[in-house]
Amino acid sequence: MENNKKRYWRGLEELRNDESFVKHAESEFAELTPGEEKEYQSIVDGTNTHRRDFLKVLGFGMAAVSLAACDAPVTKAVPYLNKPEGEFPTLDNWYASTYSEGSDYSSILVKTREGRPVKLEPNTMSSITHGVSARVQSSLLSLYDIEKLKGPQKGEDTKVSWDMVDREITTQLAQIAGRNGAIRIVSHTVMSPSTKAVIADFIAKYPSTTHIMYDANSLSAIRRANEESFGQPVFPSYDLTKAKVIVGVEADFLGTWVNPGFFDTQYAATRKVSSAPNGKKDMSRHYQFESDFSLTGANADYRAAVKPSQIGLVLTALYNRVATKLGGKTITAPAVEVPYLDKAAADLIAAQGQAVVMCGLNDPAAQVVTNALNSLLGSYGSTIDLSAPLNVHQGNDLAMNAFIDEVKGGRAGAVILYGANPVYDHPRGAELAEALPKVPLSIAISDRADETAGLTKYICPAPHYLESWGDSEPRVGYYSLVQPTISRIFNTRQGQESLLTWAGLPANYHEYLRSYWRRNIFTQGGAGDFDQFWMKALHDGVFERKATTAATASFAGNVDAAASSIARTSAAAGSASGIELIIYEKVGMGTGRWANSPWLQEFPDPMTKATWDNYAKLSKKTAEELGIKQGDLVRVESKGGYAVELPALIQPGLANGTVAVAIGYGRAKAGKAGNGVGVNVYPMATFVGGFLSFYPGNVNVTNTGGYRELAQTQTHETVMSRESVIQETILSAYQKNNAAGRFIPEVETSEGPVVAPDLSLWNGHKYPNHSWGMVIDLNSCTGCGSCVISCQAENNVPVVGRQEVTRRREMHWIRIDRYYSSDAEEGDFQGQEIASENPAVVFQPMLCQHCSNAPCETVCPVAATTHSHEGLNQMTYNRCVGTRYCANNCPYKVRRFNWFKYFDNDNFDYHFNNDLGKMVINPEVTVRSRGVIEKCSFCVQRIQEGKLTAKKERRRPIDGEIVTACAQSCPTSAIVFGDLNDPTSLVHQLTLVERKGGRGFQVIEEINTRPQITYLVKVKNVDPDASATLDEEGEIKTPHTVDT
Amino acid sequence: MYKQFKKISLFGQKRSVRTSLFTLLVALLVGLTHVSAQDAAAPADGAATGAAADAGGGASGDAAKGEALFKNNCAACHNVTAEKSVGPGLKGITERRDFPWLVDWIHNSQAVIASGDPYAVKLYNEYNQAQMTPFPNLSEDDIRGILAYVEQANAAPAAGAAPAAAAGGAAGAATVQSGAPSDLFVLVLVALLVVMLLVLGVLLVIVTILSKAVTGDATTAEGDKVSFGDRLKRNLLTAANNPAIRSATIWVFILLVVKATIDGAYSIGVQQGYAPKQPIAFSHKLHAGEYSIDCNYCHTGVNRGKSAHIPSANICMNCHGVIKNESPEIQKIYTAIENNQPIEWVRVHNLPDFAYFNHSQHVNVAGLECQQCHGEIQQMEVVEQRSSLTMGWCIDCHRKTDVNTKGNAYYDKLVQLHDKYSEGSLKVSDIGGLECSKCHY
Repeated sequence: MENNKKRYWRGLEELRNDESFVKHAESEFAELTPGEEKEYQSIVDGTNTHRRDFLKVLGFGMAAVSLAACDAPVTKAVPYLNKPEGEFPTLDNWYASTYSEGSDYSSILVKTREGRPVKLEPNTMSSITHGVSARVQSSLLSLYDIEKLKGPQKGEDTKVSWDMVDREITTQLAQIAGRNGAIRIVSHTVMSPSTKAVIADFIAKYPSTTHIMYDANSLSAIRRANEESFGQPVFPSYDLTKAKVIVGVEADFLGTWVNPGFFDTQYAATRKVSSAPNGKKDMSRHYQFESDFSLTGANADYRAAVKPSQIGLVLTALYNRVATKLGGKTITAPAVEVPYLDKAAADLIAAQGQAVVMCGLNDPAAQVVTNALNSLLGSYGSTIDLSAPLNVHQGNDLAMNAFIDEVKGGRAGAVILYGANPVYDHPRGAELAEALPKVPLSIAISDRADETAGLTKYICPAPHYLESWGDSEPRVGYYSLVQPTISRIFNTRQGQESLLTWAGLPANYHEYLRSYWRRNIFTQGGAGDFDQFWMKALHDGVFERKATTAATASFAGNVDAAASSIARTSAAAGSASGIELIIYEKVGMGTGRWANSPWLQEFPDPMTKATWDNYAKLSKKTAEELGIKQGDLVRVESKGGYAVELPALIQPGLANGTVAVAIGYGRAKAGKAGNGVGVNVYPMATFVGGFLSFYPGNVNVTNTGGYRELAQTQTHETVMSRESVIQETILSAYQKNNAAGRFIPEVETSEGPVVAPDLSLWNGHKYPNHSWGMVIDLNSCTGCGSCVISCQAENNVPVVGRQEVTRRREMHWIRIDRYYSSDAEEGDFQGQEIASENPAVVFQPMLCQHCSNAPCETVCPVAATTHSHEGLNQMTYNRCVGTRYCANNCPYKVRRFNWFKYFDNDNFDYHFNNDLGKMVINPEVTVRSRGVIEKCSFCVQRIQEGKLTAKKERRRPIDGEIVTACAQSCPTSAIVFGDLNDPTSLVHQLTLVERKGGRGFQVIEEINTRPQITYLVKVKNVDPDASATLDEEGEIKTPHTVDT
Repeated sequence: MYKQFKKISLFGQKRSVRTSLFTLLVALLVGLTHVSAQDAAAPADGAATGAAADAGGGASGDAAKGEALFKNNCAACHNVTAEKSVGPGLKGITERRDFPWLVDWIHNSQAVIASGDPYAVKLYNEYNQAQMTPFPNLSEDDIRGILAYVEQANAAPAAGAAPAAAAGGAAGAATVQSGAPSDLFVLVLVALLVVMLLVLGVLLVIVTILSKAVTGDATTAEGDKVSFGDRLKRNLLTAANNPAIRSATIWVFILLVVKATIDGAYSIGVQQGYAPKQPIAFSHKLHAGEYSIDCNYCHTGVNRGKSAHIPSANICMNCHGVIKNESPEIQKIYTAIENNQPIEWVRVHNLPDFAYFNHSQHVNVAGLECQQCHGEIQQMEVVEQRSSLTMGWCIDCHRKTDVNTKGNAYYDKLVQLHDKYSEGSLKVSDIGGLECSKCHY
């Protein structure tokens, strides 16, 4: 067997073998440092309790128990007065709906219990999205955010009635329109056709109105470039399933570019391989050229780190290489020293017609070159489609800038902020904040008095999308509906209804939507009569007028002009020696819209694994040059003089001479969970030629001498340098041998070597009925983390807050381990040094492995963790006394201890201490109390429910009927769950094919825990020699020959 | 003297060893009682199987559909037999009236009455002018099914009712029994202790007499003169001064107190016999007993989900819209509806939050009768918690109850496997009914 010789590490502290890392690695649970103890000397906290306190609590507890026993509390059973039809208490109801916020889109199913949404799942009827991202999952919690406005307000404090608001606004609008004063509606991208119709109706009533769209993370250049190149100002749609070679240039399409939901399923489809005799054995090849180390870069086969100012030149270089071969017109542009350019060009040319280049720069010139490149490669009509484009990123940076100038100049008569918060999320927010109060009429349609709404004259609160009607058209011809799944919680009104009211039209938006669909969408091929069509569309959630085959397009742009523009931008952006800033969006937090969601705040960033903060990412080399260590507070000052102080985070693989800071933080008026977390860096973004640029050029980075510990979850649960946790191989090896890269542990016996799991002290459990198991394909897992939040929502996993995460007490039942790897051997320090410049990355979802020989079960003194005859490792909270032996004995480090009571506790104000917030709790799962261990249960509540449904229908469960929350939400189907005993199940077939001589391995197989989870070896599509790493000059060196 | 003192103290030490042995014995006994108390609490085996068998049967075709429709729509007011309930018994209905008339009547009885149909008017007056709820949504096929069911039910009279009643009875008996054994064992224990104390006393008397005989004549002579009363007094005093007896008595006392405390602690949170006063004096005896309304009619969730559902006021109104609507108790429902204020019933059966119980699993899948756990609900004026609802009670039933595998393809493979490898029937415990995560998650 070709055993894996790579070395894996999860953080630089592990690579360096830091003192603190070693200390932490030895203990499963963090000990408090002496300073921290002082805060915890009360009798209710659970740590460091004094003997006397213990006796006090004990005595009090006894007294309380005897008192409580005297009189049982009277509980009330309150039935419906008039039970709504179709609603049965304790039974789930599912509704199809849509999450559509700006360019974020997801077709979803909403699970409701007793009329309240408790879980979001992907809608399988949609052909646009197939999973539910962490961000969308978190939107559920925002529904129950108690800090939302409860009714209309005049100014920031005066509560008024809707009648009064409407009267006053209508009068003033009429006056302003009467004197032809400018009325401006400002929103993010609106993908809802009916909302656009509402706005059009409003404009018809008040003709001096203009609707301005902008995006916090703008891609407005793409529409401009397409207009220039093809005469069509559209955002093309992509079909990655047809792509053999994918090149991403600063386009984090699996993380934050446009909407990863559009791409990750397609991408994963090209990455899946199978060990079956006729299985698929080819993969797409993915190159990524980028400055930041993005999620997409982590998934790439070849990745090169490029300084932000050089990134445009990568495109020109790539274009020239391809154009020379394919007979295109070459352009003049400065040369750039970036590895893999030749290789990428060669692969692109070879895959002509099946290749795609995606560029994430908001620079029309760069996009024109990208278009030219794609055009040469024949991507249009194959991987790129201009005829059924996406409706994303309709924002227009130029219009927005003009709007701010207008407001500043006092030329705006009325401003309606429709769900937008430009004071916070626009670089010129400060200018707007100053000018907005002077506008005669300003109205915010917002759910809270945020940074912008707080400055307006009227706030007209809009309900959450789960309380609303609506529609969306993410791609031309692909419609979906939003329907309310709960009755209005507060006295709110949908923005559309407000606009209709002010326009003097009937304010029933539901009726408006229906008639809009009757007139415009039903006519596009709806079957039957309209009522049938409407019911079907509501039921399905989507109506798709499938696009015809993609049309080809001929490029007519000016590449030369674009090239010289790129060269100019590059030269202006930064000198070679300076440190350049990149502003980026985080996979979880996004643009900061949902900053008050504790789930998102505590969601570990896929790459940095940091929570509750933004930070200044620096490469190891740059940090050393600047004398900065992890956690040092650094001051980043832009050319404009705007400065922020942030903790530094050393990010291997980040381009040298670069500092990266995320947007979405530093909210001032988001709510208790979001306020004051991190700093706002929107003001550091600049405009290049009127287009928003997140690459503002050189900045000053100085060490302030302060320190702020980052709340990172990585390296919290170390695997003690055991091998065989991660197993990977390369495609060419896999094509020769299905078991390439596998580590097959053997044990010497008197009868010769035996595969480790064949020997056992135990008799083993028998699973006569079901055997629940899972297959996790490391090749399909992009590390996006939707499973983490899906699990959190399903299993009532508490949020513990920043301080507790720093103590390594996060509670997530499933985590995504991010391993960096290199071929450098232990002790080969220089090799490792080079490796940390641009390491390879593997993501591994880690959850309870449900071992058949579970080490946790044997050490529990009270039998609180036991084995079921369906293969589950059961955790019984009411038995657990909190010895934590199980967690110490768990080789996978997946058990979590409740150090505190995380609900009804003012120290943990994360939506679980008020009745509204608690409505998100899944009623099928116990809310754990302090002092017990918890862990992944394989969603046993779903298993039980699925089995019961089958029994009630007198049949066996069908494969796919019972799935865990993580598997259901996974956009790439990397997690497959099912019954290993059911021969028709996918998990059974996968295990059968992959386990014997295929890619299937179990983590730390040699200790013979016999998990119910099989992982599939990660396969990278790199050339055999390319496992070698690169030195600074970009020359390939094999690590074993590095001079020391 | 000193020597004697020493001797006594030695004797005392020896005694104390024996006392500890005795203590251990008592402790063991107490422990044993405790364990058996849990084991003994079990419903009679027959009850479950009987009930299960009953639910397994059923007719086919229209009548089967009709049965469900009848139970859901008609059973509240009509019996299949000739017996009157709120409305007339339906036995022989097809002979009394023709089919089109019945359809008209069921769809809208008031219209038939208004048309002046003499039979209809007579019927209306005979039943105190109580209006029958119209069922316009029942199709003719549905009505045919109901009638088929009525005929079928009368063709096999009372065949279905008997086992159900028997099951109910048996279950009831079992439930009563479940509390009893622990008392019995306490009695046995006390009796045993008394006997042992007597034996101890007799032994002590013998020891005293013998020791006197050994120590010499002088005392014997003196002893002869002492009266019986004095002697008894002296002996009792000696016994009381004897450290062994003293410590034994104290230990017995302590152990009894401990036993009582432990028993008391086990009953914390157990609300067996809890029968709170409800805001509306609803009588199950009247509805489920006298009128034999199917439990399903009001408790609509019992076959579907976790909760059996406390009926919403609109279910009450199906009948009480016309029946007894002047009664002050029923006026309370009207008031609730008018004020839009839901009725707050007092919950009788309270399970802790960490225990998961699903009605449909037990009623729909296992085919248990309601009485199995709820006691003879049809005889309760005020609902009372009959079963202890403790984990021991659940587990006992899961150990002893056969799985209702008949006609359920879910269990087919399991039954085959079970029959292959073991004798005996397939119990709930054999398919994981005792595992933690079946109820705790």
